[in-house]
Amino acid sequence: MTTSTAPALKPKRSPHFWRNTIEGYLFIGPVVLGLLIWTFGPMVASAYYSLTDYRIISAPEFIGFQNYIDLFTRDRLFIQSLSVTVRYAIMVMFLGQIVSLLIAVLLSQKLPGMSIFRTFFYLPIIVPFVASALLWRYLFNKDYGPINGLLTGIGLPEINWLGSPHSALFSLVIMSVWTGAVTTIIYVAGLQQIPEELHDAAKIDGGNSVQRFFYVTIPMLSPTIFFNVVTGFIAAFQFFVPAFLMTEGGPANSTYFYNLNIYEKAFQWLEMGYASAMAWVIFVIIMIITILLFRISNRWVYYESANES
Amino acid sequence: MSAVSQPTPSIQLYSQQNQAARRKKQVGMGTVYALLIIGSVIFMLPLIIMVATSFKSFNEINSYPPTFFPREWLPSNYPDAWSYQNTNFPRWTLNTLIIILGTLPGVVLTSSLCAYGFARMQFPGRRLWFGLVLASIMLPPQVTLIPLYILFFQLGWLNTFWPLIIPAWFGGGALNIFLLRQFYMQIPKELDEAAIIDGATHLTIWWRIYMPLSRPALVSVTLLTVLQIWNDFLGPLIYLTSPDNYTLALGLNMFQGLFITRNDYIMAISTLMVLPMVVMFIFAQRYIVQGFVTSGLKG
Repeated sequence: MTTSTAPALKPKRSPHFWRNTIEGYLFIGPVVLGLLIWTFGPMVASAYYSLTDYRIISAPEFIGFQNYIDLFTRDRLFIQSLSVTVRYAIMVMFLGQIVSLLIAVLLSQKLPGMSIFRTFFYLPIIVPFVASALLWRYLFNKDYGPINGLLTGIGLPEINWLGSPHSALFSLVIMSVWTGAVTTIIYVAGLQQIPEELHDAAKIDGGNSVQRFFYVTIPMLSPTIFFNVVTGFIAAFQFFVPAFLMTEGGPANSTYFYNLNIYEKAFQWLEMGYASAMAWVIFVIIMIITILLFRISNRWVYYESANES
Repeated sequence: MSAVSQPTPSIQLYSQQNQAARRKKQVGMGTVYALLIIGSVIFMLPLIIMVATSFKSFNEINSYPPTFFPREWLPSNYPDAWSYQNTNFPRWTLNTLIIILGTLPGVVLTSSLCAYGFARMQFPGRRLWFGLVLASIMLPPQVTLIPLYILFFQLGWLNTFWPLIIPAWFGGGALNIFLLRQFYMQIPKELDEAAIIDGATHLTIWWRIYMPLSRPALVSVTLLTVLQIWNDFLGPLIYLTSPDNYTLALGLNMFQGLFITRNDYIMAISTLMVLPMVVMFIFAQRYIVQGFVTSGLKG
């Protein structure tokens, strides 16, 4: 670990070994304690609760895997909320990544005035979820909302955005794309790291801008795309506040997100054991998908230098 | 055009090509600007509508056809909404500020301390713990939500600010540690080696050299923390139950629950809540964007 000392023999530790170790742990102590108290401890507790019937008022009662069995065999809302969340995640992934990438390409052109445009596009990230949820609930309003006002103004039919089970989920996707400027920020940063010479070389070889985008930009950007896909996916599975505020899961449970389901089970019905089991199911699903994403990433993500810094 | 100077055909061809290329480039530039303007309008429109609506009369909002700018400007919506009965926006603002002030020193000090340990010290287990810190970023918070709630319930901390403040004093968030560590790795090591020869301890080096040098990164951490607490909804929703303890985000939610149709007032309060963050963003965009990039890009 430290610089090369005599190998084999008895590994002689530096005289400062213990002092360094104690000092090191004093420095990282806060986060070590934090992880134990606020993360790993609760995870163990949560795993235990998920095997119990626990309603807070009385002590947890061990019931084995009954919660998990009930989830998969009895609970229709569980399946529904899982399906809503997965459909949302897929839609927001495709639409969000494409829109963000296109905006980022525009924003990384070297033209005057670009910083003002960046401010415009980045601004939605500072809007609190409560405010953006209430704002978009008003924008989407069927009767007096500005979006329908615009649509009828140009002769198109009104859409019952949040009021119809067919469009409610997609309406939330549109809103999420608007609030998702962090993805754009990270794409812009990624685009700026692509060496200019590569584009110039491709230009000399006669590549037009579309070809350069697909054969230079996309491969060079693939680590950034991969990062945004993984974090965007995990974030999509945390989606909660807008569904809670704008639709309350409706209409006809069409926006009944998984986290809304957990929230209601835990904090309205106080079924802590059951809700913990739900949390573990989604945790395992997220882990599996993340691992799959990492697995298939070897095929398309291009890292210029494989060594870490 | 070439009547005067009569250039040789090859040069003429070259200049024509050049001109064509320049024209094409201008067309490209025009398209980029056109797209940027259309896009900015689309992205800014919701916020513009929010502000415009906050000045409209209740009747105007609910009349048909909808107006874009208010027919009649009503700044009185703001004081009316701010002091509406059964609400307490001054108190809720104060609560939010208390939580921010209680959290910030913990975030800045402990995340920087830990980042220094990970970036500059040698001890067994360092890589393992840093790996665990990074892994915790990926952990969906649902898994710890319920046991933490039960823990705070048993500690008697429900309906107090402690659940929102105390955890921040334990490393200040994995992303912040990561951000500061990235920054510290770029500081030349010779600086602390020289200081060590002079007999300085790590604590002195951290406090006297790394803290001052990392001011831009600390500004990023500070601003991102303020933004996060100001906007947090789920934490206060779960832990704060009595209206006296609400934060602004919760207060706005309670307000909209009471007057679900009063979009004039709701938009006025929303505007008030967004405004400080907009100002902060416009003045410190560089730090905020940099914060998102460094804490995000290499995770």
